Amino acid sequence: MNGWSGTILRVNLSTGVVSTQPTNLKDAVLYIGARGLGDKLYIDEVDARVDPLSPENKIVFAPGPFSGTLAPSGGRYHVVTKGPLTEAIAGSNASGLFGPELRYAGYDALIVEGKAPEPVYLWIRDDAVEIRKAAHLWGKWVPETTEMVQAETDLDARVACIGPAGEKRVLFASIMNDVHSAAGRSGVGAVMGSKNLKAIAVCGTRPIKVAHPKAFREAILAACETGNRNSTGGAGLKAYGVDLPLDTLNEIGSLAANNFRESYIPAAGEDERPSVLPGSPARRLRGCYSCVMRCGRISKIKNPGYASQLAEQAQEEGLAVAFDHGFDRGIDNTAALIQSHQICDEMGMDPISLGATVACAMEMFEAGIITVKDTDGLDLSFGNSSVMVELTRKIGLRDGFGNKLAVGSYRFANSYGHPEFSMTVKKQEIPPYDPRGIQGIGLEYATCNRGGCHTKGYTVAVEVLGFGENIDPHTTADKPFWVKLFQDLTAAIDASGGCIFGTSGRGGENYAALLSALTGVNYSTEEYVKAGERIWNLERLFNLQAGFTSKDDQLPERFTARPISRGPAKGQISHVPEMLTAYYKLRGWDEDGVPTQERLRELQLA
Amino acid sequence: MAKVFMIHPERCTGCQNCRMACSFSHENQFRPAAARVHVFTSEREGYSVPMMCQQCDTAPCMKVCPTGALYRAQGSTLVEYARDKCMGCRMCTMACPFGSAVYDSVTESILKCDTCGGEPACAQFCPTQAIEFIEENIATRTRRRAFAARFKSAFEGTWP
Repeated sequence: MNGWSGTILRVNLSTGVVSTQPTNLKDAVLYIGARGLGDKLYIDEVDARVDPLSPENKIVFAPGPFSGTLAPSGGRYHVVTKGPLTEAIAGSNASGLFGPELRYAGYDALIVEGKAPEPVYLWIRDDAVEIRKAAHLWGKWVPETTEMVQAETDLDARVACIGPAGEKRVLFASIMNDVHSAAGRSGVGAVMGSKNLKAIAVCGTRPIKVAHPKAFREAILAACETGNRNSTGGAGLKAYGVDLPLDTLNEIGSLAANNFRESYIPAAGEDERPSVLPGSPARRLRGCYSCVMRCGRISKIKNPGYASQLAEQAQEEGLAVAFDHGFDRGIDNTAALIQSHQICDEMGMDPISLGATVACAMEMFEAGIITVKDTDGLDLSFGNSSVMVELTRKIGLRDGFGNKLAVGSYRFANSYGHPEFSMTVKKQEIPPYDPRGIQGIGLEYATCNRGGCHTKGYTVAVEVLGFGENIDPHTTADKPFWVKLFQDLTAAIDASGGCIFGTSGRGGENYAALLSALTGVNYSTEEYVKAGERIWNLERLFNLQAGFTSKDDQLPERFTARPISRGPAKGQISHVPEMLTAYYKLRGWDEDGVPTQERLRELQLA
Repeated sequence: MAKVFMIHPERCTGCQNCRMACSFSHENQFRPAAARVHVFTSEREGYSVPMMCQQCDTAPCMKVCPTGALYRAQGSTLVEYARDKCMGCRMCTMACPFGSAVYDSVTESILKCDTCGGEPACAQFCPTQAIEFIEENIATRTRRRAFAARFKSAFEGTWP
């Protein structure tokens, strides 16, 4: 088999039985791999109404065909399960070395089912698979867990694990691999914790075969070249990392601060850049597997107020933590943000949800709904950076007030009768791109299958950053088209094992060429994007069966009823309700957001 | 002019492109366990370094090889490997102080860098030029230049 490994590994933790099955080639062609094939395997086997934290739920780890090859920025894997935060399909995508190593071990996916009677970890070395006891690892943070597992297995083993947050089922716990990389969103780490599965270690020595090596080599070089020519994918991400859009967002008045009460920071201009932009703390660039963009940063915190430690300042999480809390922008606070981010990584938590949950609590504190009596005496005023660091730790341990916040902002605010303070869609926190000033991203938040999320249809690329096209962020009529296109293309790229940052400078034709040469299956650009649409609809069907309706495809009232209060986008609101009808129609869904039989047949889903 | 590998760990991001490119160019598939270059990363310290055969002048692998399977051609700087002469004793894997000669049981041969015939794929696919294959007299030029800049700053203001 070329491109795919041809084998799926299954581990039942209840019975301890390890088995394999051949990869269904027809499904592989239709769903590609990673997010697509993972979705297909998961949805075929699991009842959509399953309790996410019960032994009946399963969790799939699936690298894509690109993972472990030189396809640029193609080293990713996808975690598929039902998310405890959202109770919708969860797909958390991560980089690092773990996904490629699963491929080298010979697997297109790993399905974990059941629940171990005591803490365990998995040790996979090609076809030798062991379930080992992990009581001594329970409670350990991510870096220590990783190193202990490596010491017990192989120093070159690639390790994915949970920290204390996953063990304690914090509803936005992440799965961390290779210390720094996160399958961050929707609480996939809590699912691992609920199964008593602390870690998975992998070492592989098997080959990934290539159908047409010469064509694959040419497709790699072509994709590298177009990527390097692009100002974002080439110089931009290297220079600024993923903090790249901050200034631009602020210039258009759509950068959230103080739990989206404000969307513009007056001083953050050309002369006084937000201090999370590169400069002081960044120490080294970090690149993911097979990536030429190097958007990661290893930072050293020298501020005496915070211990001198290394932290990776990567992914948008940095951005979310930075601006959801309404910090001032001094260097001290950059150190606090990086430290909070580091604690999130080391305890295994999603910094977007954590940051937005703390921001929600801060606003409720200012409104007097919660007081120091609720917060263990902590002063939750906006901008209180030391409290932020302290709270991060408390949430990860579910300690005191942290335990109340460990369920995410929606359940927290709702428990006080004030869900309006929670900036969530399908109970998942949105990142700080204000959907009132960027209409397309609002529609993406509302319709994303995994709940509030920007990465599964990042129209900011054309609405704000100008990747190939420059679209007015305030228009609405054209947005359903762009949102659908971005969602479908992203699903296909996720399914291939690619990184969406790679789309800065690369189009569907690059990905289709890479996949065709690698697998020997001929994908046209249209077929490639259609595979993405198939995946999107499959996830939608799961969510509908799980009980979601079109009523869940909406933003918090703050965005549709309360205009932006100041700055360049002052007066704007989100027009999601109007765009939604056109979006459903374009998707071939009825007015209730249910895919029509006709469209499902077209997509080979019925 | 002979070319040598120059490694710049401070530029390496740990992306493993060199390892995959090495495997792909030798086998037309991705089996990095059989690559001739390996990258060692300390995730907690944020440090990565690629390592491969240094083509030593007085190469221990060559000295210890009982059959002349590892040899240097007249006038060449490359330590070459003749599969047909190799008896698989693995003495070279023990002799190499860098661990850069490895026995591969899949192909039943020694894996060591052959510079891809003078155009090494690892250097070609390195996105940060952390691996350079460069003429030996200028290999250390970037380092000399960087150090010279420190002299400049030390003496700034003392020159007329």
